[in-house]
Amino acid sequence: MLDLLNAVLVVVLVLNLFALGTSRILAVIRIVAVQGALLGALPLLMHDRLTLPVAAAAVAAVGLKGIAVPSIMMRALRDAQIKREVEPLIGLLPSIVLGALATGLALLVSGQLQLSDSRTSTLIVPASISTALVGFLLLTTRYTAINQAVGYLVLENGIFIFGMLLVEAIPLVVEMGILLDLLVGVFVIAIIANHINRAFSSMDTRRLVSLKE
Amino acid sequence: MTDTIIHVALLLLLPPLLLGVINKTKARFAGRVGAPLLQAYFDIAKLARKGRVLSGTTTWVFRAGPAVSFSAVAAAGLLIPFGSLGAPISFAGDLILFAYLFGLARFFTTTAALDTGSAFEGMGASREVAFSCLSEPALFFAFLVLAKLSGSLSLVEMLRVSPDWFASGAAAPLILVSLGLFVILLAETCRIPVDDPNTHLELTMIHEAMVLDHGGPLLGTVLYASSLKLFVLVAVLAKVIVPFRTGRAWLDWPIFVGETLALAAVIGVLESVMARLKMRRVPYLLVSAILFCGSGLILLVR
Repeated sequence: MLDLLNAVLVVVLVLNLFALGTSRILAVIRIVAVQGALLGALPLLMHDRLTLPVAAAAVAAVGLKGIAVPSIMMRALRDAQIKREVEPLIGLLPSIVLGALATGLALLVSGQLQLSDSRTSTLIVPASISTALVGFLLLTTRYTAINQAVGYLVLENGIFIFGMLLVEAIPLVVEMGILLDLLVGVFVIAIIANHINRAFSSMDTRRLVSLKE
Repeated sequence: MTDTIIHVALLLLLPPLLLGVINKTKARFAGRVGAPLLQAYFDIAKLARKGRVLSGTTTWVFRAGPAVSFSAVAAAGLLIPFGSLGAPISFAGDLILFAYLFGLARFFTTTAALDTGSAFEGMGASREVAFSCLSEPALFFAFLVLAKLSGSLSLVEMLRVSPDWFASGAAAPLILVSLGLFVILLAETCRIPVDDPNTHLELTMIHEAMVLDHGGPLLGTVLYASSLKLFVLVAVLAKVIVPFRTGRAWLDWPIFVGETLALAAVIGVLESVMARLKMRRVPYLLVSAILFCGSGLILLVR
């Protein structure tokens, strides 16, 4: 069971690198959708008994991260008719290398952490740290608003993985609240993206510094 | 003895069939009937019957190129275990011989291309060498992971991937290594995301650009050698991703043949659904192969 868990987490890490190296926005959204759907399998793999909170977390993750949020973003992409190319601040190859460095760093650091949980031998902690770092990287090195929303989603995925260690400790309500916040956040970003596009005929957030009447 | 005979027979007879399977899959995706499965055998036989035409500028290097690269790849094939049994030749450290037999084949293909004196073929040779600079470290990282997992330096032991390894926390590195090996396979055999085997557009091709001046039996040998290379790499990948063996030799051989044909079909599907990468983007793919295999190693030794 634990090995299957590690296998899923490695696929999540590989998807991180693919998200950093892909040049099409649509493909990045699809990759993040697959990543979210895979995360839905984590609660089921981590617990031997299928309890209601576990099943709810799994269904919510697959439904929101895998289906709802990506479809909102694809809709925003279609409505706003934005350019389909990702325009990164740093090149795609340096982003991949930075992402891989972040993954290596996360592996090193998580070995040093003094965690009381018995499941720290698995990849959960390094996977969550490196996914969060890759989310930061996507947030900071991409210019268009929709890409930054994708980065936000990846960042949330990292936090979700870490939350898996605490699924019994954190009440279900809190977990649901976080997911709802995410959904609302993506809604807002999709609307803002539309407005930015209408006002500036571009999604480039660098243009926002020249706000006018 | 019987195993060695079966091994050599598979190594020499099966490779062109893989090309047939790939082309048939691509044809099915495009809604065509496609060339017969055995087309590559017919092509090689036809080319072998033709006469040789050699350019006046070429030397013995040009004539030796295809022969040396064919024999080097065939020798590399003898180091790989097919099915459940061992390889005909095996010793500690043969992974380095394996990697550099490929290097020898590449050296002679590129020198033969340079020997024609055509600027165009020199361009192909330069691309081939540049990309192999990146695929070779990835291959070594993959071998390091397998050596670390098996505790042995001979390919037969390293590729004896058993289901027990999955229980001891090796699933994650093995997934990364199989991804890396798949990218290496595509790059070394010049399949689609890296190079299009059907194209004859001078700006984009790698392997085809190097063999343009070969004709007749020489071209036949080149075609045969490249299918052999595909078969050897597919065999390595098949050993890594399908660890289950029945233990009965008469059952394991057909299963192995089935695995290689299935992988060829997968390559065909990939070629149908993907476009070629831009030439500038190819190094990204190869660097990610290095990163996959390297992170597999980090996961294993941490």
